[in-house]
Amino acid sequence: MGNVGAKDVPELLSPEGLRIDGRKLDELRPIKIQVGPLHNADGSAFVEWGQNKVMAAVYGPREVHPRHLQQNNKAVIQCKYNMAAFAVDERKRPGLDRRSQEISKVIGEAFESVVFAEEYPRTSIDIYIEVLQANAGTRCAGLVAASVALADAGIPMVDLLPAVAVGKVAGKIALDLKKEEDNFGEADLPMALVPQSGRFVLLQMEGHMNEEELGRALDLGVAGCRAIYEKMKEALRERYSTGPVGGSA
Amino acid sequence: MSEEVSAEILTTHILDLAAEGKRLDGRGPDEYRPVSVEPGFVATADGSALVRIGDTCVLAGIKLEPGKPFPDTPNAGVLTTNAELIPLSSPTFEPGPPQPGAIEVSRVVDRAIRAAETIDLTRLCVTPGEKSWVCYVDIHVLDHSGNLIDAASLAAVSALAHATVPAKRFEIAEADYPLEVNHYPVECTFVRLGDAIVVDPTFDEERAAQGRITVATDEAGRVVAMQKGLVGAFSPDDVKDVVRRAFRHGERHRALAKGGGA
Repeated sequence: MGNVGAKDVPELLSPEGLRIDGRKLDELRPIKIQVGPLHNADGSAFVEWGQNKVMAAVYGPREVHPRHLQQNNKAVIQCKYNMAAFAVDERKRPGLDRRSQEISKVIGEAFESVVFAEEYPRTSIDIYIEVLQANAGTRCAGLVAASVALADAGIPMVDLLPAVAVGKVAGKIALDLKKEEDNFGEADLPMALVPQSGRFVLLQMEGHMNEEELGRALDLGVAGCRAIYEKMKEALRERYSTGPVGGSA
Repeated sequence: MSEEVSAEILTTHILDLAAEGKRLDGRGPDEYRPVSVEPGFVATADGSALVRIGDTCVLAGIKLEPGKPFPDTPNAGVLTTNAELIPLSSPTFEPGPPQPGAIEVSRVVDRAIRAAETIDLTRLCVTPGEKSWVCYVDIHVLDHSGNLIDAASLAAVSALAHATVPAKRFEIAEADYPLEVNHYPVECTFVRLGDAIVVDPTFDEERAAQGRITVATDEAGRVVAMQKGLVGAFSPDDVKDVVRRAFRHGERHRALAKGGGA
């Protein structure tokens, strides 16, 4: 932790092939999903994933603001990804930057691909993702949180959207990078999967991989997404099988 | 749906109840909702605290960075308080630059921290006129169910009380050390509902309120900040009454700010 100003690349892979936090290459960080922690939102979820802490809230379907974005044949899906100033080592200046705008766009489009937006014409489904503590993989954690929040809000969807990043660490393809691996690794490949169809609705990549590595990375990511999918369903089942909807969280 | 109509009906109901000394959630006029403080919620922050007052939830995070002192205070560090009423926290908040509501919250919180001399800013000076610590207090409202000022200030003071100066990380000293906190201001907010003045208003009570008043007290028996807000008025006797009540609530919340818990 706290590698600000670190000049040396830390040893990312031990001689035994274990990663900086002792994980195997295909091992996820621990994930905890809490459904419905917020009172005001129509749906919400809090995801603790490794050292990430991400809150997501869904409002809607509701009136569209600003009005000119309204669509007569379907709901518009508006996604805002934001990071708290204290979520990273170097304080982040509050407010919108280009990075969060891009992430908001690709996450919003991922959800547009699975939400039955045509059920709610002339409305808006607003998704807010707040990164409270960041340690690489916040867009994936945000996506998972937002997907569970959409389900909590009762929005009809093709499927939940599990997401994970695969990367290349010390020459090896590794699942679910943490910060040091992201900073000093060779590639980062975040993806979100529609488990039912086996297709990606979010896919980005940065770094260097050859064709064979990329193939393996995608396969590893799909396996990771499927594991996360189970956790998402488990969290929702736990929330909705123990008591009535709308109870205090 | 017709939010305005239901709000109007609710306001009438809240005022009717207040006339009988009752509140919508069954509390007495001088009763807070359950208050809890969870210090150290964010590991990336130099200090942090998650505060819940009923369904209201506020997270404050502290970041300390080396910077330059202001020219008019060359021997002092810099304290900056910023509140974000992010749209996640309420159906009524929209994205964009801080609205007057958010600015009021951050200014009222900042005022109490500053006036109480919570932190001795001269201790944050490294080299006079050249280098000093800049202490950022960032307040993130996660769930707005009323009384943001009290929740935000409790979160901010608690986060400061549990903050560490990252001196090693910025190569200013050999080791990190705890941020020195000298005073613990606590804000206590009331609203007028007809003739009643009730503490810790909910969102609906704030909407029904005929005036809001906040009193910040510290452990030394000082009133360190006040703010009257919303449309409405208070008499001198009203003010004396709420100050007395603010001291009583302040003591309890101060213990939470220092030690966390509920």
